Amino acid sequence: MTPLANCLLLSALLFSVGLAGALMRRNAILVLIGIELMLNAANLNFIAFWRYGPNPEALTGMMFVIFSIGVAAAEAAVGLALIISLYRHIKTTNIDEVDSMRG
Amino acid sequence: MLLTIFAMLTVAGAVAAMSLRSLVHSVLALTVAFAGLAAVYLQLGAQFVGLAQILVYVGAVAILIVFAVLLTRDTGATPRASISHSWMGSGVAVLAIFGTLAWAIHHSAASQRTAVSEPAASMQQIGNALMLQFALPLEIIGLLLTAALIGAVTIAVREKKEAR
Repeated sequence: MTPLANCLLLSALLFSVGLAGALMRRNAILVLIGIELMLNAANLNFIAFWRYGPNPEALTGMMFVIFSIGVAAAEAAVGLALIISLYRHIKTTNIDEVDSMRG
Repeated sequence: MLLTIFAMLTVAGAVAAMSLRSLVHSVLALTVAFAGLAAVYLQLGAQFVGLAQILVYVGAVAILIVFAVLLTRDTGATPRASISHSWMGSGVAVLAIFGTLAWAIHHSAASQRTAVSEPAASMQQIGNALMLQFALPLEIIGLLLTAALIGAVTIAVREKKEAR
């Protein structure tokens, strides 16, 4: 196993754990945590390919991660604001109970 | 060797964050996972990204999630199951996705690359790239962050009708 394959495997594991949490847990905050874990797995992929890729001096992988961290911070702020607003309206963070638009 | 330890710490933190019953414990485990990932970045030679990970994720996102947990304290008297009804289908889907990814990584030609010398990424190089080549994306991300934070405040602020 080369170092790049190890990094990619770690990233795949992190992504799977995050996806499992986002799909299985019922609390909206835990679903958001799962999404954050998946975003971090993608960032690790960018860093691994930047480190072991053909021309790292272009810094493209690293730049992508820096912008991705910025977008993830914005996403976390808006997502948590939505959860707080949801809690204020229907007094729950359980996403199975949020079904007022069910047909 | 050090990389393996940090990788194991990261995965353990992630698994604990997704499986613990208490929300506060989940957030603490998530902080451990983020810190472990920052250490992995430092081991890979990406100092700037590692420190940004600590500042943004451990410092800001984790605290933000703690505040959300405190503000949405579930006061329901009846303890409900914390696992969704469709957990079995989700589990099969997750296992299938992980199997596909692992198979692809194992058989890909890209992952057969041998280690190259550690690339240099000094602060000066990153600053030059951000200010020259990536100046427009940097401005756009600043605008996006401003808009997103104003939007978050607008969404979370208490409405007047409700306050009465």
